[in-house]
Amino acid sequence: MRYLPLTQPDRDAMLGVIGAATIDDLFIDVPESARLDGPVHGLPNHASELAVERHMTALARKNVVAGEVPFFLGAGAYRHHVPASVDHLIQRGEFLTAYTPYQPEIAQGTLQMLFEFQTQVARLLGTDVANASMYDGSTACWEAIGMARRITRRGKAILSGGLHPHYVSVARTMAKYTGDALETSTPTLTAETDIDALIAAIDGDTSCVVVQYPDILGRIADLTPLADACHANKALLIAVVTEPVALGAIKSPGEMDADIVVGEGQSLGVGLQFGGPYVGLFGCKDKYVRQMPGRLCGETVDADGKRGFVLTLSTREQHIRREKATSNICTNSGLCALAFSVHMTLLGEKGLRQLAAINHVGAAAAAERLAKVPGVELVTDTFFNEFTLKLPVEARPVVRTLADRGILAGVSLGRLYPDEAGLANGLIVAVTETTTAEDVETFAAALQEVLA
Amino acid sequence: MSINQSGWRPEMNAGTGNAAPTFTGNKALMLEEALIFEIGSAETTGVDFADRGEIGASNKLGGLFRDKAIGLPGLAEPEAVRHYTRLSRQNYAIDLGLFPLGSCTMKHNPRLNEKMARLPGFSDVHPLAPVDTVQGALEVIHQLSHWLVTLTGMTSVAMSPKAGAHGELCGILAIKAALAKRGEVDRKVILVPESAHGTNPATAAFAGFKVEDIPATADGRVDTAALTARLGPDVAGVMITNPNTCGLFERDLKTISDAVHAAGGYVYCDGANFNAIVGRVRPGDLGVDAMHINLHKTFSTPHGGGGPGSGPVVFSEALTPFAPLPFVEKQGEQFVLVEEETAGEHHAGSFGRMVAFHGQMGMFTRALTYILSHGADGLRQVAEDAVLNANYVLRSLEGSLDALFAGSGPCMHEAIFSDANLAEGFSTLDVAKGLIDEGFHPMTVYFPLVVHGAMLVEPTETESKAALDQFIGALRSVAERAKAGDVSLKSAPHFAPRSRLDETLAARKPVLVWKDAVLAQAAE
Repeated sequence: MRYLPLTQPDRDAMLGVIGAATIDDLFIDVPESARLDGPVHGLPNHASELAVERHMTALARKNVVAGEVPFFLGAGAYRHHVPASVDHLIQRGEFLTAYTPYQPEIAQGTLQMLFEFQTQVARLLGTDVANASMYDGSTACWEAIGMARRITRRGKAILSGGLHPHYVSVARTMAKYTGDALETSTPTLTAETDIDALIAAIDGDTSCVVVQYPDILGRIADLTPLADACHANKALLIAVVTEPVALGAIKSPGEMDADIVVGEGQSLGVGLQFGGPYVGLFGCKDKYVRQMPGRLCGETVDADGKRGFVLTLSTREQHIRREKATSNICTNSGLCALAFSVHMTLLGEKGLRQLAAINHVGAAAAAERLAKVPGVELVTDTFFNEFTLKLPVEARPVVRTLADRGILAGVSLGRLYPDEAGLANGLIVAVTETTTAEDVETFAAALQEVLA
Repeated sequence: MSINQSGWRPEMNAGTGNAAPTFTGNKALMLEEALIFEIGSAETTGVDFADRGEIGASNKLGGLFRDKAIGLPGLAEPEAVRHYTRLSRQNYAIDLGLFPLGSCTMKHNPRLNEKMARLPGFSDVHPLAPVDTVQGALEVIHQLSHWLVTLTGMTSVAMSPKAGAHGELCGILAIKAALAKRGEVDRKVILVPESAHGTNPATAAFAGFKVEDIPATADGRVDTAALTARLGPDVAGVMITNPNTCGLFERDLKTISDAVHAAGGYVYCDGANFNAIVGRVRPGDLGVDAMHINLHKTFSTPHGGGGPGSGPVVFSEALTPFAPLPFVEKQGEQFVLVEEETAGEHHAGSFGRMVAFHGQMGMFTRALTYILSHGADGLRQVAEDAVLNANYVLRSLEGSLDALFAGSGPCMHEAIFSDANLAEGFSTLDVAKGLIDEGFHPMTVYFPLVVHGAMLVEPTETESKAALDQFIGALRSVAERAKAGDVSLKSAPHFAPRSRLDETLAARKPVLVWKDAVLAQAAE
């Protein structure tokens, strides 16, 4: 029990100060029927550091490590190289083991970092402002729909078929208690995005249109006509970015007049981590700041006139008189936001653009190579670092077979849309700077064999 | 004109009366640090790419190449390391000393947890990888689930909620789904005692319920008579925090649960303070239907200046059918991931998915590491030491500060004081800021709302007696000064990186992103 510093003489002395005979006297308010007389049955006792390390290492070995095999998975989580200094810096105890900056005078490190993060995110997304992060992209997306409802006082959200199906599921879950009506569709295996259909669906009840950019199949479309159609109908355009590295190469949604832009920041600094913790990005136009969810860091001055930073506009949060709160949020992804921000600072504008270019050029080459496999068709005309192939057979068993051969080939649309037979042959393939030309060749050769 | 080495000129610290101003604005090792926007440049980068790809004319970007400047400054690696290291030094953290934030619970973060979470077998695994290739990750979830269910005496656990407050939503949604299944959608009221966490009523209101307060008794607990009298066919359930935010155990929870169940409602328990009772009490034995567990609080995952958190929710048998997706199940020797409602009849009642993937895997790894390190015996000792430390603080300070509930029985994990015996014109905030000058992070202030000028101290089980004695000495000294009317407290802190910050200005004129001073002037 190496984490518990009290010695038995300490405990005895402290009980003496308290005036209690035994520790049990401090639990007298627990009803007799609910008191356990000893450690919970059926669970092992404490273990040494060495023993725990062995146990956890054995579990870790049962997983296939992405970096050790040809790896092509994306669909909302991406494998990028993270500079060594990122993880080193976030492990500094003063960042790692700090709490929420409730006492700003002794939390300027966290607060200044969050202010820098907010600025970086706003510039990347092309929005006026951004918050200090959300849980992840999917919850940020749902919060954006809620925000649009509060702003427009309308209750119908139109979700693009190109929106990540898990994001759609989260929105559907949350709509069960907010009462929002959601209009959803599924993507089709074509080069065409559904922008025209979305424009046609907007009406006087529409609070917002939610569109992913690049979309779940990897396609990129100009959002400007959609933004114009939304605004003509007093609805908001919400853009979702699951691969922020893309914004080093393509126009930001903010530049195309999106009102709210949310994203998954995992790509920068955070790592795959089997799905979490990740970092939700959330930016919007200035005029909607007071309806924006989540934590915000703001600049101010101290009593001596020096610049400093504080958490601000928290009256939207749980701190306000209880049921008046528009949000129950009590946390952000502070440490992941730090990782994102450090990685972004190391990249800078120059590095981000280089990284984006390498991703795009590599993906274009891989798409060309894979489309040469007999029977395989490249569905997406436009893409950043992720594209969709149409196989001559169902993709899900192909992915499994390739996994047995040590190749993680991509995400089958059959896994994401189990009920859509028309999508079963689709395979989403992601290529980043971590993908080598040999990886692509290995994948292409194995795919050809499996399909033969 | 004074210029520091970064080229940025910090505002001179003139006229504070504390110390003579320095040429640079720095004070010995207390360094001012400019923003990256003031020291970085668009041409600087701290990364090298072996292959400098360029987007050529044949690109696939659909004509949407980003041609305008983004405005992202870069730093070379040494500059970046120095920038963030300097910033880190302006933070208080549990590694530096006691973090006595009541109801927030900051305890020692073992580095073994960090080491294990960074094993590539956990950190470098994709959430949509074929399940055959992620058996170890699924087994971590399965093992942690087993511990959480067993320790709480409940039936099942939903692992995906991303934080405690997200867990509250999860529990409330399960209650909503259960009521819908029974056809009782008219139950629209959630009762929330005053002694509950602030997120509880926010969550219930957010979920479309009408929130009704239940008063606290003079001894800081739920008024059981008032609560049971309010039960009826319109009540969906209660949200109760136990141990509560006054640091007290809700003695009547079983009685309350029985009454709520008899009236057709459900009991949600806020389990944020589970570290005070883990291994000594199973909430399932008290009739709880759903409870979230903040992994960073009870099982020590680092909070990193505001998160990430992780808030798994345990469920009773009654609510289990409604738990959210996904589930990890063991079928034979194989772990499977159930991601769809349609996957099986026993998941048909699930209210759906709360997050894109499987929850905070990195936090699960840390929590399981911590749990295995403690074991069943150590976790029981956790509760005992947490409670012992809190009562020691309570008894040691009750002569100096007003300990409102000192007569209400032992406190659990935290001790609460009020501002009642401070001198006229002195506030809880002054005590808090005075404590900063003594080298401690202040306790939670002005919460819970049920206590005027509340000061809520939670030492946790990872503090030694020596650390507690230091803290008690410091807080006693500050309290005595506030009782004696020492005006220097009103301007504290004097020795922190910043003196008191103007939070009103920040809210009235929000500046949320950096703007170049020249541009900002031009805009005005």
